Amino acid sequence: MESVEHEDTKTNAPSVIDRYYTCWYRADMKGKPCEDHCILQHSNRICVITLAETHPILQNGRTIKSINYQISNGCSRLENKVSGKSKRGGQFLTDFAPLCRITCTDETEYTIYSCIRGRLLEVNENILETPNLLLEKPSTEGYIAVILPKFEESKSITENLLNRDEFENIVSKRSSAQSQPS
Amino acid sequence: MDENTVMLPLKEKDKPIIQKLLSAGCCARCVLRFCCVSVQAAYRKQPEETLKELQMFINDTENDKCQDSVALDSRDDYKSKDAAESETSEDPPNKRAKLETSITDVQSEEEAAAVVKSKDGDSRVCVVCLGILQGLCGTTQAIKIAEAVKAGNYEFDTLVLSVSLPAQLCVREHSCWLYVKKEVREKGLVLDKDDVIQVKEAFKWIMQGMVTKELGGIAVVTKVSPFEVSVEFTHPETDADCHFLAATCPDCFKPTKNKQSVFTRMAVVKALEKIPDAKFLKHYPCPPTQPTSSCSPQVQCLHVSVFVAGRYNKFCRSLPQTPWVIDGERRMESSVEELIAAPILSAFRADGFNFSSSGREDVDVRTLGNGRPFAMELLNPHKSRFSKEQMKQLQETINQSSDKIKVRDLQIVTREAMSRMKEGEEEKTKSYTALVWTQKPIQREDISFIDDIKDLTLDQKTPLRVLHRRALAVRQRAIHSMSTRFLDSHHFYLRLKTQAGTYIKEFVHGDFGRTIPNLCQLLKTDTDILELDVESVDVDWPPPVPE
Repeated sequence: MESVEHEDTKTNAPSVIDRYYTCWYRADMKGKPCEDHCILQHSNRICVITLAETHPILQNGRTIKSINYQISNGCSRLENKVSGKSKRGGQFLTDFAPLCRITCTDETEYTIYSCIRGRLLEVNENILETPNLLLEKPSTEGYIAVILPKFEESKSITENLLNRDEFENIVSKRSSAQSQPS
Repeated sequence: MDENTVMLPLKEKDKPIIQKLLSAGCCARCVLRFCCVSVQAAYRKQPEETLKELQMFINDTENDKCQDSVALDSRDDYKSKDAAESETSEDPPNKRAKLETSITDVQSEEEAAAVVKSKDGDSRVCVVCLGILQGLCGTTQAIKIAEAVKAGNYEFDTLVLSVSLPAQLCVREHSCWLYVKKEVREKGLVLDKDDVIQVKEAFKWIMQGMVTKELGGIAVVTKVSPFEVSVEFTHPETDADCHFLAATCPDCFKPTKNKQSVFTRMAVVKALEKIPDAKFLKHYPCPPTQPTSSCSPQVQCLHVSVFVAGRYNKFCRSLPQTPWVIDGERRMESSVEELIAAPILSAFRADGFNFSSSGREDVDVRTLGNGRPFAMELLNPHKSRFSKEQMKQLQETINQSSDKIKVRDLQIVTREAMSRMKEGEEEKTKSYTALVWTQKPIQREDISFIDDIKDLTLDQKTPLRVLHRRALAVRQRAIHSMSTRFLDSHHFYLRLKTQAGTYIKEFVHGDFGRTIPNLCQLLKTDTDILELDVESVDVDWPPPVPE
């Protein structure tokens, strides 16, 4: 990156995500149509769980009523505490572990899931204060959680995930299915 | 007076000790040690001579009990003849008793015979020193040591000789001490274990002068020298001698994490201090058993570390600080530390190095200005004296070797100086220039307010890009001041002066909103950092070297 093309516009400059993260996807999480999650995997194996742009929450001008990290009587993701370099104490999650429940103003409810196995490092508390972040910047400031997979599993966790092309394939099949006369 | 005629300051009370130890299989020099002889020259006598005199001394029944010390001269034939005669003499019993020599009622026929046998030459390996004070302690060994030193081709004025002995020597020493303890007590005297001259000391008394001679006069000092020549003795044959202590004093022997033996010298000494005499005698032979071989010596040279410091510039955006290796494969060619270290290692002829700096920058970041302070510990340098001129020359060599880095103020520093460098990492300020991209188009007026922001406090969560190897935490850091230089509608240069430990990249792009406030929020647009340069590291160490 010695010399920069100063005529670059927003379309040419690779973003932080483009430079350091790989996008993976899970479509129709737990069988629920279009509840797609996007997992941003950093080159250091840390994963950021976000909503894919196709997720229902981000459609039809929905607004958010509440976000709840209390997923059961005994477990709140907000109480997750990790300490030290080895991140001891973080809740260990499996693919279908719920991260939070989001209720929209039109009374629709959605559960966001972990999508991968690993140790929960943090959940995004900024969206509790400013739920709009989730709607406006779902791929960056509106992230849901940060998860650290086990070192041995850092490659294998992507086996169950779709890459960008595969995901776009599935999405395009949905639109064509919808446009079919029933 | 040559060495062989030095006085052995032996006393009457030493006779039973000498008797018992010689018959037990101790060499002449070890016998001297147990007699607490602290005259260094006594140990430098030829062992055969020392043995002869010891034997003469104990067989000397003609000596008055009133005489305190005996001067022994190997040329005194009259005395030797007498000694020989008294062995086989048929003195009537009463005469012997009247003389009250050290030949006490304990002496038996066998002991006398054993003493006669050892007259023929001490070919047996000593049961205590395992040969260290016998054949392994003399001109041959001194020549070997000198050769090892010369082979290393070191630069030095003095050297210190250090000796490492196998732990079982303590056990054998303890056994011999118990063996003569009874004798000593019967005389109403006390032989404190600490009064016995240590094998190490005797070895050094003998060898230091010899090594000096073989090295043509280089002083072998006793206390401190930057150059250490260590002689390590091992004796696998008797390593098991210590093992019984693990059962009798288990709390002295903690299992080690490495595969190394748990029977360290320290642990064995501790156990011997604790174990009661009766218990020791139950588990270990007294006197110790006769070994069949001598110790094996190994000579190693080590020069104390030398520290070289300076400041470095980095002009390349694809150079890591340290070698970047994943799964045994190098991911990026070379590194800052390798480029700096190579010429220095070669000039100082060192075995290795430890590189540290006052903070560090990412692979893609340049370090401009007067550079970042660094210091290198050079391990076992074979050459350690360098003049200011030579250091300047070395600096020039480094700078000629690569256009990716440059060093300045290269100098030799003390070990203590390293802490000055590390304090910079925590306390001092740094300055940067970043090339910022903005998503929305901007004009000059849009960014001018940034120049007025002073002492902006950031809350930075551990950036995601380092979170895999750092603890998760929130760090408060200050940006003291900023200034901008407009470039075009989507780019500008941002200069920052910040507290040490501030993550600049994350301030610019926000790191998923985990650094607050961040430039995206201030400018109300997505921003990203395209380039970063370190302009200055405000640590005033090492002292500048005038050109």
